Amino acid sequence: MDGELILGRLRERFGPAVLETGSDRGDHTAVLERGVLAEALGFCKADPALAFEMLIDLTAVDYLRFPGREDGPRFEVVYHLYSLRHNHRLRLKVRVEEDDAVVPSAVPLWPIANWLEREVWDMFGIRFEGHPDLRRLLMYEGFEGHPLRKDYPVDRRQPLIGPRN
Amino acid sequence: MAPTTTREIFLGEGSGPGSGGQNLHVNIGPQHPAMHGIIRILAELDGETVVRTDVEIGYLHRAFEKECERGGYNNAIPYTDRLNYVSPLINNFGYAAAVEKLLGITVTERCDYIRVVMSEISRICDHLTCIGASAMELGAITVFLYMIKAREFLWELVEDVTGARLTISYGRVGGVRADLPDGFAEKARKAFKETREVLDEVNRLLTGNRIFMDRMIGVGALSAEESIAYGITGPLLRAAGVGYDVRRAQPYSAYDRVEFEVPTQKSGDNYARYLVRMAEMEQSMRMAEQALADMPGGAVNVDVEGRPVDPASYVDRGKQGKTEGLLLLPIALSPNLEGQNRKALERVITHDKRVALPPKETTYGSIEGLMNHFMLIMEGSGIRPPAGEAYVPVEGANGELGFYVVSDGSDRPYRVRCRPPCLPPMAALHRMLEGGMVADIVPTFGSVNMIGGELDR
Repeated sequence: MDGELILGRLRERFGPAVLETGSDRGDHTAVLERGVLAEALGFCKADPALAFEMLIDLTAVDYLRFPGREDGPRFEVVYHLYSLRHNHRLRLKVRVEEDDAVVPSAVPLWPIANWLEREVWDMFGIRFEGHPDLRRLLMYEGFEGHPLRKDYPVDRRQPLIGPRN
Repeated sequence: MAPTTTREIFLGEGSGPGSGGQNLHVNIGPQHPAMHGIIRILAELDGETVVRTDVEIGYLHRAFEKECERGGYNNAIPYTDRLNYVSPLINNFGYAAAVEKLLGITVTERCDYIRVVMSEISRICDHLTCIGASAMELGAITVFLYMIKAREFLWELVEDVTGARLTISYGRVGGVRADLPDGFAEKARKAFKETREVLDEVNRLLTGNRIFMDRMIGVGALSAEESIAYGITGPLLRAAGVGYDVRRAQPYSAYDRVEFEVPTQKSGDNYARYLVRMAEMEQSMRMAEQALADMPGGAVNVDVEGRPVDPASYVDRGKQGKTEGLLLLPIALSPNLEGQNRKALERVITHDKRVALPPKETTYGSIEGLMNHFMLIMEGSGIRPPAGEAYVPVEGANGELGFYVVSDGSDRPYRVRCRPPCLPPMAALHRMLEGGMVADIVPTFGSVNMIGGELDR
């Protein structure tokens, strides 16, 4: 299915909750309101014309120091979807503020979201509502801060952790 | 009995005497000879049956994504070598392709073909290592030695082209570092012949081997539906019967110009994965041979009149104002710059001055070339893609390897995300292990082909 048609279908279904759509360098992107995210992911997976069976990637970007976006919502959670049936791709994004960095979990739709969301929590400190077990994935328990945030102090040492009982 | 919580598993809470639990908790890893990297599998055993497992990763985390944000676009290339360190060339090209997409440039045709050849050689190395190691863990150490012998032939090829065996840093944004050396096609054909002989031998040793089959068939199976739900790609998905291959579905480089098949199996167990990998190696060699035969540009030869000069006297002549005909003189480059003279570079790297370093002749012999070089190398200059983002998938040895790069218009990537192909199978590993025997943990884990560098980044 052509990218424009995919985006059109999303706009038709979710109306003004689709904040932005674009086709940049051949990648088709839709920015959604957080409220409809869970529903939209479910729709993308279930709708036979879209049929995005695979959640290829889930990550986030911290726009704290991005020229022109310093004041906007700080984080963008990015979903890359792929449809085996139709061989097409889609990027969905949802923007969240720093003091309200919560996104509904995609674990009920795709079990792989479990680890990917743990990684985003670990690296960015974005919480996923409804996640069964939101632990850090790559860093250790006791690590302070979220390293992929732009304001993470890269030149400072982490406190050493002692033995635990 | 209530299901055990993670805290109970990890910290042993509530598992003391009198708690009623009879199951045994066993730590496999992080340091264990059969763990191909550093990883911890916490298994709860009922007798010899695995009841529950919790897989813990992150021991090899080296902040790849964060480090990429600290330097220029080409500075990330050496870091990508260390993602999947068994097939580093594919990572190089995947990352370069993502930045090229951001810049909106295309590479030369010869470069496309070189990327196909080198990617396929890497893929064979990866599969050889995977099968060799998992066979060794089942006691077949002969197979491991044979496979490593074959990998040695191929690594020699890689060494010929890149100058290194593992940390190759051969890809560049806009092309590759240098052209293929003279006589490479002939050497490659010879190496493939040797590899085929080894594979034939291994095929006879393993494929119909009763012991091997008993250990592999029906073990660690994952259905197609579950593989898809877990986002698994590559040999594991193809072993479950889904013929998804990025090279076929969304061809990049020159994959639309070579013929190949996508081998699939049905059962999705360890044996099917073994068969898929064996079949893929043959396809990879087929692709590389076609690409070598069709490669445009032919061999690299200096056809300009005059003997090569050494760079110092070249610069001297320029300083003295004797610039007439200077740019046409070939330079005797030091051996570690082989394949980077002008004729070679024109073939293998894009002609876009925003991206590609000029050939040494131009840098030494003209002020434009020097400025061009300066603008790409100096701090604060360099490659500057327009603001935006791009996701590029390539077929890594373990599945879809994706790079998602965000640019803010400066000379440093704003964000680099690597979609590691072996993370989804590791996330699904507990599904493959639970309900099986404790002795099957090692072969199943081997068939996943976990690469720590890529998994933990």
